[in-house]
Amino acid sequence: MLPETAEQTTPDAGTPPPDDIVIELRDVHKSFGDKHVLTGVDLSVERGTSAVVMGGSGTGKSVLIKHIVQLLKPDRGEVWVQGQRVDRLEGDELDRVRLRIGYLFQGGALFDSMTVYENLNFILNRHADLSEAEARERIEETLAWVNLEHTGPQYPAELSGGQKKRIGLARAIILEPEILLYDEPTTGLDPISVRTVSHLITRLRDERGITSIAITHDLLCAEIITDRAHFLYEGTLVASGTLDELKRSDHPELRNFFGDEGLR
Amino acid sequence: MASSSGFVTLILTRTGELALFAVEFFRRFWRRPFEGRELIHQMDEAGSKSFLLTAVTGLAIGIVLAMQSRGTLARFGAEAVLPNMLALSVFKEIGPVFTSLVLAGRLGAGIGAEIGSMRVTEQIDALEVAALKPFHYLVVTRVLACAFMFPILTIWTDIIALVGGYLESLLSAGMDYRIFISTAFASMRFSDLILDTGKTGVFGLIVGLVSCYMGYSVRGGTREVGQAAMQSVVVSSLLIILADVLIVRLSLLLFGGV
Repeated sequence: MLPETAEQTTPDAGTPPPDDIVIELRDVHKSFGDKHVLTGVDLSVERGTSAVVMGGSGTGKSVLIKHIVQLLKPDRGEVWVQGQRVDRLEGDELDRVRLRIGYLFQGGALFDSMTVYENLNFILNRHADLSEAEARERIEETLAWVNLEHTGPQYPAELSGGQKKRIGLARAIILEPEILLYDEPTTGLDPISVRTVSHLITRLRDERGITSIAITHDLLCAEIITDRAHFLYEGTLVASGTLDELKRSDHPELRNFFGDEGLR
Repeated sequence: MASSSGFVTLILTRTGELALFAVEFFRRFWRRPFEGRELIHQMDEAGSKSFLLTAVTGLAIGIVLAMQSRGTLARFGAEAVLPNMLALSVFKEIGPVFTSLVLAGRLGAGIGAEIGSMRVTEQIDALEVAALKPFHYLVVTRVLACAFMFPILTIWTDIIALVGGYLESLLSAGMDYRIFISTAFASMRFSDLILDTGKTGVFGLIVGLVSCYMGYSVRGGTREVGQAAMQSVVVSSLLIILADVLIVRLSLLLFGGV
């Protein structure tokens, strides 16, 4: 039996979602030219939980997550974050919402003209009212948290792929956000690094109560971090539930995606 | 036929986008946040690293112009006015345009490639989601740095070109430097200097805006970054020449010739 989709629980358009729903997308459509990437996505994420959106390459997973921080505007539909309709926000109002969200980019997106320390300090310096000593302490604590305390003077080009992801994660949490968005957090990493990054993500949820959405097609990562999984196919979420429920789905695309995993 | 109409559409689209980008710059550059530190950094990047290149350019201009003109002027018995002719040519036209074209190559390609690679590696998106206003941080600072540094570098190039011209005169005719300087500036008006050097501020704006737009609008990968760098130089150079014609024509209409 196919698990229920988020669409079935979507409230009326224009009404803010309940307080325990931190992120909600309602009937989101997005096209690029004549290519329809999202064709009506409905997604709700509860406070303090980790949602994972899975799907094949090129199905629009990154497009979906970019709507939450308004790097992309929906052609149609609503995007709600902590009770605010962000697709209608602009300028400083939108920035205030963005400051409550940390974003881990697929390649880390570290500023390559700055050292690791400067990458973190750049954001902290602009948005946190801290003295130089306090900022230094926060940066050192954050680097220690991702087990990369000695990388401060290094440039991103000197780091490995896994280290870049962890520094990207450190930068995403430096302002202590309430929400984290992960775009392919473990793609291209070896299994040991996948586990390291995935466990850091679960620690953020368990220790800091952070609500998150991760976009991934990495099953190992999904197994470690998922509270609720969603499957994106042909521009819409065709299944939502626990990862095990998705694995047991008889939807042909899910069976194809999970392969032998789904038969276990 | 279809491909030529597609090319025309592309040119028109890109021109429109560039115009909108320029409007966005003028709408935002005087508003907060003011990235003073980054502006100074970019002025240093644009200026200090271009001093040698523009000095070599200026020296070559001065020496070659003096060598080429000496024979022609001698035929009319007007060799004595060489410093004067040299100064007028350098300060009014050759210095500003040559310097701007050289800087379009050096700075335009650098800015186009740097911002383009930041786009494809999602660094601009990272600035955006961190509420760091990338347009102010990346675009406004670079465009203003170009607009401020072009006139300064042009004056520097002009002076070096005169030095080159003097060296040629010294070696060819043993000219005294006091005679050279007094003759060079004999018929020069201060207003000419201001206008002809000031127009390079416009050229700097053009190079900054075109290069930032080319980099900012990159979609794709490293190939597109390379194209952005190349197009920054080509379009900037063409627009500098076009703007020069317009500014000279306008100044002749408003202030008359020398």
